[in-house]
Amino acid sequence: MAAFILRRLLSTLPVLLFVAVFVFLILRLAPGDPAALIVGDMGTEADIARVRQSLGLEGPLPAQFLHWVGELLRGNLGESYYFKTGVTELIAQRLEPTLSLAAFTIVLAVLIAVPLGVIAAARHGGWLDRALMGFSVLGFSVPVFVIGYALIWVFSLHLGWLPVQGYSRLSNGVGPWLSQLVLPALTLSLVYTALIARVTRAAVSEALTEDHVRTARAKGLAERAVLMRHALANAAVPIVTVIGIGIALLIGGVVVTETVFAIPGLGQLTVDAVLSRDFPVIQGVILLFSVVYVLINLLIDLSYVLLDPRIRY
Amino acid sequence: MTMTLDSRQLPPDAAADAPAPSVRPSTWRLVRANGAVRLGATALTVLAVVAVAAPWLGTVDPAAIDPASINLAPGTHAPFTDLSGASADHFFLMGADGFGRDTWSRVAYGARISLFVGFAVAVLAVLGGGLIGLLAGYFRRLDGVLMRLMDGFMAIPNILLAIALVSMFRASLWTIVLAITLPEIPRVARLLRSIVLSVREEPYVEAAIALNTPTWKVLWRHVLPNAVAPLIVHATYVCGSAMLVEAILSFLGIGLSPEIPTWGNIMSEGRVNFNEHPQHVLFPGAFLALTVLAVNILGDGLRDTLDPKLRRRGD
Repeated sequence: MAAFILRRLLSTLPVLLFVAVFVFLILRLAPGDPAALIVGDMGTEADIARVRQSLGLEGPLPAQFLHWVGELLRGNLGESYYFKTGVTELIAQRLEPTLSLAAFTIVLAVLIAVPLGVIAAARHGGWLDRALMGFSVLGFSVPVFVIGYALIWVFSLHLGWLPVQGYSRLSNGVGPWLSQLVLPALTLSLVYTALIARVTRAAVSEALTEDHVRTARAKGLAERAVLMRHALANAAVPIVTVIGIGIALLIGGVVVTETVFAIPGLGQLTVDAVLSRDFPVIQGVILLFSVVYVLINLLIDLSYVLLDPRIRY
Repeated sequence: MTMTLDSRQLPPDAAADAPAPSVRPSTWRLVRANGAVRLGATALTVLAVVAVAAPWLGTVDPAAIDPASINLAPGTHAPFTDLSGASADHFFLMGADGFGRDTWSRVAYGARISLFVGFAVAVLAVLGGGLIGLLAGYFRRLDGVLMRLMDGFMAIPNILLAIALVSMFRASLWTIVLAITLPEIPRVARLLRSIVLSVREEPYVEAAIALNTPTWKVLWRHVLPNAVAPLIVHATYVCGSAMLVEAILSFLGIGLSPEIPTWGNIMSEGRVNFNEHPQHVLFPGAFLALTVLAVNILGDGLRDTLDPKLRRRGD
């Protein structure tokens, strides 16, 4: 068991190393001298040389990489060209909206998708089953921003139930925070819901064909208990796996949703950074998102032991 | 390209054991009869006709500006006068945008970019990922290195990887296509590798190797035909997702420059006035959604007919 956890932890190292090398190369391969960009038009050759020195831009690439990783491990992601402040501080400021949106979306998607998938599997071929399959194809096809604008059009402009755009910090009260987050979270959760519901339906359908389910029914167990205790419990591994894989989809969606709803989070920071060619910020955000994605999937792999007692490493 | 196994290559008993080649004429009949395939293919054909025939479908120059027509309502008959002073009567099917450009013309021409990007990315991802998957699956010594590299790419969420690549190079049609292709390659590679791994143990492959068939011929004649059906199905889904990612990049303002209309950048410009004139977002958005829907329906139909094994697993 401990050996498995250790092996799984070690196997993420090459992936993280690859991500680090790629992110490092973004800045080095991008056209233009970062030192000249920081100093600006008024700088002298001496200024540029000094900045190069302080950024660790001297010497061969592997040495530069080691310097960069060293700074990284101390929490220093470099300095934004545009804001002239540390990338770590910039990210910290923008974390709350993005975390709120992502957490709200995951909760919403799981609460909607899992029951839908279970019911669809229980009534295989019924109207809800077919509606769900149709909805999931639609969910994969309609782009996030089209859904977002369609929802704004209906709920904010026509019905006037919810605010159009913006974000209210949690410190300003839970009410405004929730009402500002409902539409973006609904928008973002659609594709995620489609994905999870589809996999839940498939996994529960498969579990329902197994012998122990037949036994449970034969001994007269209520259908509800059969579904929950015998089918859903056995379908937990694929469902949890797809929730983890779907995080990638969610991260891409966050960038778009924040732009549509004018939420000042990490997604908007990314887009602004690309538009102003602020490479240290681009590096920081991509590194953060990728590491979070890798770590969540690591945790999910480790959780299999809890979800399925048959799995013993 | 022949897709049938050459039975002369095989000893008689191995030929009898060999699974039926994955794509046969009778399979194509099945594909043609499938409702989802017909629906998706018809919709895409109509769209392709719109894209190619855009100049003759009641459009004007999609970049032409008519200051008198700014934010004209959809369905208006009015003269279209461009900056050179040339004027002609025009029907504004979808109205005009905030610069006085005809929205229908921009949407019709925008279809060209979406279809091209979807098609180009699907072809390139299948070629690139297919080659890597084939090498990793067949040559065991390459497997570890290649698949760890693929794992590394898969650790960076698709859209972020595309954004990073676009940010490094100036956005042109080909850099956009490459930036969208690269994140798709690992998934294709994994798919092909898993097929190669299962096929390479088949008796007919062993027989071919025992008969001293050159390696390229083993791969081309005996291994790849097994991969054609799943690759076609996967390519369809890649095509749909590539159209979405292209639109997202354009929508975020980091795609092609607005001089070349794409559905994404039409929406990006339209969102400024969304509250007053939602049609500039909703029309191209509907086109994009219906196009991707058509591609995905086509993909589901192909999956059901070409790849029954996948249907059982994914459905």
